[in-house]
Amino acid sequence: MFGQISLVDIVGVILYMFVTAYLGWLGYKHTKSSTDYLVAGRKAHPFIMALSYGATFISTSAIVGFGGVAGLFGMSLLWLTFCNIFIGIFIAFVFLGGRTRQLGHRLDAHTFPELLGKRYQSKFIQVFIGLIIVFFMPLYGAAVLIGGTEFISTVFSMSYGTALFLFATIVAVYVIFGGLKGVMYTDTFQGCIMFIGMLIFLIFSYAYVGGVIESHKALTELKDLVPSNLVAIGHQGWTSMPKFGFGAKEYDLWWIIVSTITLGVGIGVLAQPQLAVRFMTVKSRRELNRAVLIGGIFILAMTGVAFTVGSISNVYFVKHGKVFNGKIVKVINEDKQHVLLQLTKKTDSGEWVNIVDEKTNAPKTIPAVLADPQIKLKDLSPDERTNKIFQARSIAVVNAGGNPDQIIPTYVATAMPKWFSLIFLLTLLSAAMSTLSSQFHTIGTAAGRDVFERLFSAGRANAVSSDTTIFIVRIAILITLIFAVVFGYYWRGEYIIARATAIFFGLCAAAFMPSFICGLYFKWVTKPAAICSIVTGFVVSLFWLVLVKSQEAQAIGIVQKLTGGKNSILADYPNWPVVDPIVVALPISALVLIIVSLITKAPAEEHIKKCFGNSE
Amino acid sequence: MWIALAYILCILSTIICVIYGIVNWNKGDEPTRPEDISWSKEEQKVEEEIQ
Repeated sequence: MFGQISLVDIVGVILYMFVTAYLGWLGYKHTKSSTDYLVAGRKAHPFIMALSYGATFISTSAIVGFGGVAGLFGMSLLWLTFCNIFIGIFIAFVFLGGRTRQLGHRLDAHTFPELLGKRYQSKFIQVFIGLIIVFFMPLYGAAVLIGGTEFISTVFSMSYGTALFLFATIVAVYVIFGGLKGVMYTDTFQGCIMFIGMLIFLIFSYAYVGGVIESHKALTELKDLVPSNLVAIGHQGWTSMPKFGFGAKEYDLWWIIVSTITLGVGIGVLAQPQLAVRFMTVKSRRELNRAVLIGGIFILAMTGVAFTVGSISNVYFVKHGKVFNGKIVKVINEDKQHVLLQLTKKTDSGEWVNIVDEKTNAPKTIPAVLADPQIKLKDLSPDERTNKIFQARSIAVVNAGGNPDQIIPTYVATAMPKWFSLIFLLTLLSAAMSTLSSQFHTIGTAAGRDVFERLFSAGRANAVSSDTTIFIVRIAILITLIFAVVFGYYWRGEYIIARATAIFFGLCAAAFMPSFICGLYFKWVTKPAAICSIVTGFVVSLFWLVLVKSQEAQAIGIVQKLTGGKNSILADYPNWPVVDPIVVALPISALVLIIVSLITKAPAEEHIKKCFGNSE
Repeated sequence: MWIALAYILCILSTIICVIYGIVNWNKGDEPTRPEDISWSKEEQKVEEEIQ
């Protein structure tokens, strides 16, 4: 049932859990959380602040999900790493961190919805944002859970269902025994494990494929092994950007990578509720300045490594990966020994038969490199080429059984030494737990403080008891965990981890970003403008997801009923069905904020003074 | 070319973060205000509630 989990793995995980629990207890005993530092007038070490933020930011979704997407689409994902560092760390810490902290403390806001609710003196804003978090953040939670599950099931050869159950149980135990307290010691410990794990991952990966320059050259040489379905949407190789343009299917991939992967997640990070509240917990701007240094290095080591290794795993797989048997149906490149192989298997009677693709019912073909260097394609007669059974190796996604989410797990299981599986498991456990605990924290406070308390206790002293709020918080967390498990069980494949993450990040950006950033900087933004901007950003995003963006719209199922079977209302207009909602919803949301602010009454001077102080 | 640019920008942006951190290492210290203390006390209550 538990596959190839060894005693060492079990002991390693238990030891890790004990250390995490001990650090949690230690933090609880001395200084419960970051707020204790503030109360005591002490300073949280910038190393702790940065790693805590970084560990929350980076999850299994980034490492397994987006790393797998890099294995499929290539190094164009490094644009996301650039955004992660420059926007997610530099812009966020330097331009938003200090102001978020000041505004939060001045208004006594403790959650992201409360911050915007108090900034714009609107109960509606607080409740509405709280509801968006409660209903949509579980999607991101599911993505994190799937990331860990794909790894456990592949590396330890157990069924996906068992791995999901095991991983969810470990997460639940962690959450029950104090994972939500935001104890920075545990976050820092987890951040350290992630940093070391990813560094080993990078060094070994480059070593296996001949170093940095050699591996990148070799990856470029694999260009003609890109599967035809990806070539059709603009894939030009793992070291090239996809074809750029608009109005033809061959530009789809560019729009997927730039609009969904890079913009959705790269910009969306600025308005992430669970990250924005972290800025409030520091003592001064100095801690933020110092954290920029450590945060930049940490993110480079996380997504930079995951996306690079994901891409170069293709080089490893064609050199040392699984050997496939089959007949040559097409010679792709005679000099490089690149062929299109029709897969075959040997029956019990010793006969070779074609393997049939379950989806298309046609013989299964893969792009491959002949495994035996002694065999030269140019020396083979046409008859030999078509009738002989050859051995060949293929690219990452083929080795991962067609599921990009399994590329990184398959690569770790195949390429890395056995002892590294445990290190990487702990890396992913750390990445998942630090992110999931902050997600549960954000969902819990959104359900309890922002929605329930605001709806049922406003204006009535003690109308809602603390016990009732705690009950609501726990129910919300439990439902989130159950949803994440159910979602993770039923939705797999088609890089769902990256897509689910991008949906939530994009939704947050479109709905919250204009009113959040303008609320920190500009006094002229009005309450009606903020309400209109948030609602418009949310509605346009949702409209786009349900009716336009084909992959999501197809899964939801409403668009087929409206269009008589099409996956998008813009199915006849190439590229639109792959454009991310953020491209449309964010500019509209920002425009609405400006226009409505211009035509509505300016906020009261007294309130503005409270928000910005007398000096500004 | 675009991939090489992304690769270089990743490293450059990390270097910018490092330089910014070093240059501003001792800048931005602020005294703890009463609002910071009251915020922290309320935050502890929120954390108690979530646990």
